[in-house]
Order: sequence, then C-alpha cells, then structure tokens
Amino acid sequence: MLAFLKNSPSKKQITWIKVIVFLVCLIPLLRLVWLGFADNLTANPIEFIERSTGFWALFILLATISLTPIRLLTGRVWQIQLRRMLGLFMFFYVCLHIITYVWLDFAFDWLDITKDIAKHPRILVGFAAFLLTVPLALTSSNSMMKRLRERWKQLHQMVYIVAILAIVHFWWLVKKDIREPLLYACILMVLFGIRIYYKYMKNHKSINSTQINNL
Amino acid sequence: MIIQTKSDIFPSEITPKSVFDNRREFIQKAGFGLIAGAAGLLSNPLKAATVSSGTTEGAGRLIGRANTQAIIKPQSFGAHQKISGYSKTTYGAGEKLTAYEDITTYNNYYEFGTDKDEPAKNSRLFKPYPWTVSIEGEVKKNKTISIEDIYKLAPLEERIYRMRCVEGWSMVIPWIGLPLAQLIKWAEPNSNAKYVEFVSLADKQQMPGQNLQVLDWPYTEGLRMDEAMNPLTIMAVGLYGEQLPNQNGAPMRLVTPWKYGFKGAKAIVKIRFVEKMPVSSWMKAGPNEYGFYANVNPNVEHPRWTQSSEKRIGGGLFAGRIKTQMFNGYTEQVGQMYAGMDLRKNF
Repeated sequence: MLAFLKNSPSKKQITWIKVIVFLVCLIPLLRLVWLGFADNLTANPIEFIERSTGFWALFILLATISLTPIRLLTGRVWQIQLRRMLGLFMFFYVCLHIITYVWLDFAFDWLDITKDIAKHPRILVGFAAFLLTVPLALTSSNSMMKRLRERWKQLHQMVYIVAILAIVHFWWLVKKDIREPLLYACILMVLFGIRIYYKYMKNHKSINSTQINNL
Repeated sequence: MIIQTKSDIFPSEITPKSVFDNRREFIQKAGFGLIAGAAGLLSNPLKAATVSSGTTEGAGRLIGRANTQAIIKPQSFGAHQKISGYSKTTYGAGEKLTAYEDITTYNNYYEFGTDKDEPAKNSRLFKPYPWTVSIEGEVKKNKTISIEDIYKLAPLEERIYRMRCVEGWSMVIPWIGLPLAQLIKWAEPNSNAKYVEFVSLADKQQMPGQNLQVLDWPYTEGLRMDEAMNPLTIMAVGLYGEQLPNQNGAPMRLVTPWKYGFKGAKAIVKIRFVEKMPVSSWMKAGPNEYGFYANVNPNVEHPRWTQSSEKRIGGGLFAGRIKTQMFNGYTEQVGQMYAGMDLRKNF
C-alpha cells in the first residue's frame, strides 16, 4: 500500500484510479436521484438540490486546485492526470446547479431571473463564476491545449478567480453562520499560499544562483 | 433605544432554577400527561362539537365556541399532547395546509442550530414545561404568569395563517393560540407603553445553538402597540391540534402573519412594555437587511432574496413560484396601521 503511494502508479493503475474517481464523482448525483425517488429531499427539495449541487461543485473545484500544490509539496506528478476529469465534473455540477435554479426554482421565468441576478450581488457573483467556467470547459481538450499553448495556462489560472467568486457566492448566502464558507476560504488560501510560496522560493533560488554565478 | 446588557436576563430569573431542575416534578407531570392524553384520545367531545363550516376568510369569524371552562379537562403538557377545547375560525379557509412533517422539520430557530433540520434534532431535550412568563416595563405592576394560566386566559382558537419567510419560502400553518390582545389586557400596560418587546429564553444548556454567537442572545423581537393589539396577532401555543413542538417555539411563540417569519419570537420568557422602539436581534445583526417592521412587501427588495415571489413548501419539484402578496395577503386587516408611512424606509 505504501509502495503504491511512494512509486508512481503504472499506466494500468492510472486507468483504474481514473475509473474509480469517475464513479466516486457520480455519487452526489446518484444520491440526489435516490433521495428524490424516496421523497426524502427535505421540506424544500429545490433548495436542497441547489445547495447540494453547489456544494459538490465547490468541493470538486477545490480538489482540482489542490493537485498542483500536492505536486509542489511531494514532487509527485501522476495525480495531475486527474485534473481534466475533476475540472469537468466541477463544470457538470455547476451545470446541474444552474439548471436547478433556472428550471426548478424559477421555471424559466427569464424576467424574474434577470431581476434576481441584477438585484442580488450574491446571485450576480455566482452567475459570473458560472460564465468563467464555460471557457475553461470548452478549452479542456488536448487539441485546444496545443493550440493555445502558453495562453492556455494563463486562461486556466482563472480557476482561482472562479473559486473566489464561488466562495463569496456561498458566503453571501448564509445569514449569520459563516463557519462553512470560512472553512472553504481558508482551504483556498492555503492552496494558493503553497503556490505563491513555491513561486517565490523558485525565484529566490534562481536569483541566488545567478548571484553566485556572477561572483 | 433600549440597550440590553447581558446581565438583563438570567434564566434563573425567569423560571426558578429549583423548579427548572426538579426532575421528579417533571417526570410526574409527564406521567400525568400520558394518562390525560390517553383519556383525551378516547373521548374529545369538544373537538367533535366544533367542526369547521367556514367558507370565507374575511374578518375571521369564530365558528363554534368552547369557552365553558367547566367541561374543559385540565391541560396536560408535553410532546404531542392534544390541546383540548379550542374553537375553529374562518381564517385561512380554502388554503391547503402544509404537512405537519414539513412544518416540524424545516425550521429557522438558531437557538438550536443554523441548519433547517437542526432544531428538530437538537431540541429534543428542551423542557418547555413548567414555564413562566414575566411581564415588565410600563405596566401597572410587574408580574409573572405560568403557561397553564396563559392557556386559561382566553378561549383558544385555531388560526390557519400563511407564513412567509424572508428567505423566499412560505407555509400554511394551523396555529392554535390566543389573541395577544387578551394577554396584553391582562398585563395592564400604562399609557407610556408604545411598543412591546418579546424576549426568548437564553439558556446554553438547553439551547446548544446559543454557544455560537451568531445572534445577540437572547433573541429579541418587538411590535408597535397597535400591531400587538391587532386581532390578527396571536400568541401560539399549538399547531395541528397539539401543543407546540419544541422546534416550533414551545411553549409559546408570537405569530404575526403579515410580517416575515423571523418576527415570530419563540420560547418567550419575557414581555416588556416600553416607550421607545426596541432593537431586535436581527436589526442588530444586519441593520440594512432587517428592519423593525419587517412587513411582507413584494415591492421592497432584500439584498439576498427575491421578495416579489415565493416558493410554497410542499409543492414538489415542478410547482414553480407564487407571487408574494402585500402584507402577505392580510392588507384588509392590517393595511390601515401603515397608512401614510413610507414602507421603503420603514422596511
């Protein structure tokens, strides 16, 4: 077991890991379907589905963002191969979240939806986060990666902005009990902090080495 | 402005600790309750005599009265105790009632936790009986009244009211209670009394949610005197024919159906008559979001939630939204109290 953690998994093992992660990512959806058929979605089922899909979108988003810090901390790289699938699952739950809002919550009443977005900063921020995930999902293929090259990296760093907007969207939803959004904000700060730290260290080291070379 | 210091309310001040902790008495009462409850199930002549025949809501006519004290059995108190001898009214005629299950599992009651399902779980050990309410402030003289005596203060009535939460959902609830006006009459406020302040229980032992300082405990709410005296305003002691479940505010809570739900202070231990407008817990928590009046108003937006429409609980996944009505549809009964007021400013 430990050896498995130490060494990079083989190609075959990676395939299996991907299958397992794929199935695990489907559990939140299957749970909703199950609870729906059991008529067990609480007194306010629409709110429950909105909360649930929103939570899992944010959770998977944070999981996606954590892959690079894991590489920086441990030097392992194989987990990066899960990034696209996790990112797309995040987008999948975001879409379910939006569909629930537009269809079940507002019954396609576009006038009311427009008013809701315009008048409530909480909804506006969430809507902005959704809009930013669309180009990320559209450019997730290998061919787009090749086509965009360096710009692809820049574009996909936008995921941090999506995360910030999503957490603000959640923060403004809770009336007074901010513990949960605060927790996600802390996680995001730690993940971002690790990246900043390594970036700074790398620059620092390179500056040092050039200084040594100059001497 | 009333600035409330923490030392204002000690739980011990409200219900003597000796009484509160007296388990033997509690168990005795519960035992009595079981027997009386069983007896009540076997024969409830009063309930049979007051069958509803109402058609229009209007002024809320009383139909069938049961105030002959002699034939009302002594109330016993506890979970799921049937309330004996209340009369039906025409309020809410034609409304489809929200299921008991939904009313008792989907609650905003931060004293027991901030999630909707937490009050039902975390209030199981809460002891609403015995209970004493103290009357203070601008009154002839300070006094206290037990929940048993509140039950006897006026004939209990069933009022089917719509409840609109500021979060954009609504229910239809068959409350049982007495007009607050009756309690106020008994309290004998003096002419300085312009507002009524309601203070809920503060007791971290029984209310675990109070360990978190999400609101300035104890929960405080208030009404203008004319609002408190309005025939629509009731002190609810039950719902669906039974004594209030703990998660709905046992043993006694305020119900003002034309206002957002948070005005309905629960587990009230103190009613204070004051000259200046009280500052409620929610006003302190978010002065630009929650005003003193908190009247249901589809024309005044809230920074977080749509107020022009609402979701009726129990409608299922595809019911959509319904339009929110001014004063939650009670304009006829309460509109005149706000004539000439700028309701955008006085939200």
